[in-house]
Amino acid sequence: MEEIITKELESQEYFINMGPQHPSTHGVLRLVLSLDGEIIRNVEPHIGYIHRSIEKMCEHDSYQQIVHLTDRMDYLSCHINNEAVCLAVEMGLQLEVPERVKVIRTIIGELTRLSSHQLWWGVMGMDLGAITTFLYGFRDREMITDIFEETCGARLTMNYNVPGGLMFDIHPNFQKRTKDFIAHFKKKLPEYDDLLSNNVIFRNRTIGIGKLSKEDAISYGVTGPSARASGFSCDVRKHYPYSAYDKVQFKEVLRSEGDCYARYECRIDEMWESLSIIEQLIDNIPEGPFKTPTKAVIKLPKGEWYQKVETARGEFGVYIISEGQKNPYRVKFRSPGFSNLSALNHMAKDSKIADLVAIMSTLDLVIPDIDR
Amino acid sequence: MKSIINYFKEIYFGLKSLVTGMRVTGHYITHPKEIITQQYPENRDTLKMFERFRGEVVLLHNENNEHRCTGCSACEIACPNGTIEIINKKVDIDGRKVKALDTFVYHLQMCTMCGLCIPACPTDAIKMANTFEHAVFDRSKLTKVLNKPGSKLMDGVK
Repeated sequence: MEEIITKELESQEYFINMGPQHPSTHGVLRLVLSLDGEIIRNVEPHIGYIHRSIEKMCEHDSYQQIVHLTDRMDYLSCHINNEAVCLAVEMGLQLEVPERVKVIRTIIGELTRLSSHQLWWGVMGMDLGAITTFLYGFRDREMITDIFEETCGARLTMNYNVPGGLMFDIHPNFQKRTKDFIAHFKKKLPEYDDLLSNNVIFRNRTIGIGKLSKEDAISYGVTGPSARASGFSCDVRKHYPYSAYDKVQFKEVLRSEGDCYARYECRIDEMWESLSIIEQLIDNIPEGPFKTPTKAVIKLPKGEWYQKVETARGEFGVYIISEGQKNPYRVKFRSPGFSNLSALNHMAKDSKIADLVAIMSTLDLVIPDIDR
Repeated sequence: MKSIINYFKEIYFGLKSLVTGMRVTGHYITHPKEIITQQYPENRDTLKMFERFRGEVVLLHNENNEHRCTGCSACEIACPNGTIEIINKKVDIDGRKVKALDTFVYHLQMCTMCGLCIPACPTDAIKMANTFEHAVFDRSKLTKVLNKPGSKLMDGVK
């Protein structure tokens, strides 16, 4: 009799699917959770729902055509992705781009980072139950997308870079609009703190949740603001400067706590740094051509090139192997989202399901970036 | 004793943070002019897109129904997705057989609006239009022929 009762009361782990269609996974990510009550024992991400074989498609395209495919990976920092491909091709061609191009690329790259962080801020609030932040984040992002639309011709997938420079020169209104935006956003950024950073519910749900130590961040290959919140100094802009980052003064934002709130604070502080980088450059755009002329059919010499840049999520790398043809022999993209996702199981172990939403939100996952 | 003070302290700062947040949202309720929402289908007449906005590819025609496309297929080669198809024909000019454009087929459903075809064109025959309302009920309607019926090459374009 006793044996039967203990068998009846024995608890067992059970599995549920979070996703592929779940509002807080921000795309088609499927997480198989093994649960003990409400406590998570194991998280297993199943990816591949939005795989489009971009790396394989690159092998059939010319070097100019590859650029627009990287828009579709991490769509929130698409300009920076484009820049990485162009820098890698320029490295292969040993092509020196004009100073004007470098400065414009840096300004638009920082604007992209700002718009990505604004969207992340809004969505992070919405994941934790505050719909207001979503609307406020998009309100400020709208001014940046207007700048992109006027200068680059598209709001999200801009495709403004070409190997050798830019597709066309900046619009005459570009500097004025950017200055307007900086003045506007400097007033609005403290609102973000009032609405969310100091909110008691938000703080209780993020402080001490999802801890990641510096050693674990390094061993899982986590990069970007998620790793800098654990004290891992990994800013590519600082350590391996590209474009015009060696000419500007900015500090790398570092935190040591490694919890959700530290990751949140890192991104908020990065917005201030981005604003200061744009302010330093916007009045000093040098005159000159916006493109170094290249041949209509670009052929890289035989060899291998790797270029890494800092996107809004971390280190994005492009590795090109060329056999001397007009198409690359092989292209490999190192995307930050994929490595950041690998640390999710370690961070979410032994926490509640509601905490998993906060952890995923502060990792800032973009699913097409993970699947490619 | 200390725990009781901490308890009330937490309640005080918690309420204060909520009131700070409410003050921000309250500001926008009382200042409706700072709200930037646009009522989209209603403002269609006044809505103006930016000049460089990439909506779809169009072949430019002048008032005499003439275009600048020579049928060189440079845009077809530049396009990464096979969106543009150029079909050529042979025409007699002064007894010589010359290649000329027959149909300029444009598959809007495959277009990613990357804009690579525009700088590729040697005669500036095509451009990106600002239209953006592309929804249709039948997929076949998205395959368009861009050169108008009866149109011919503009004089002096090579």
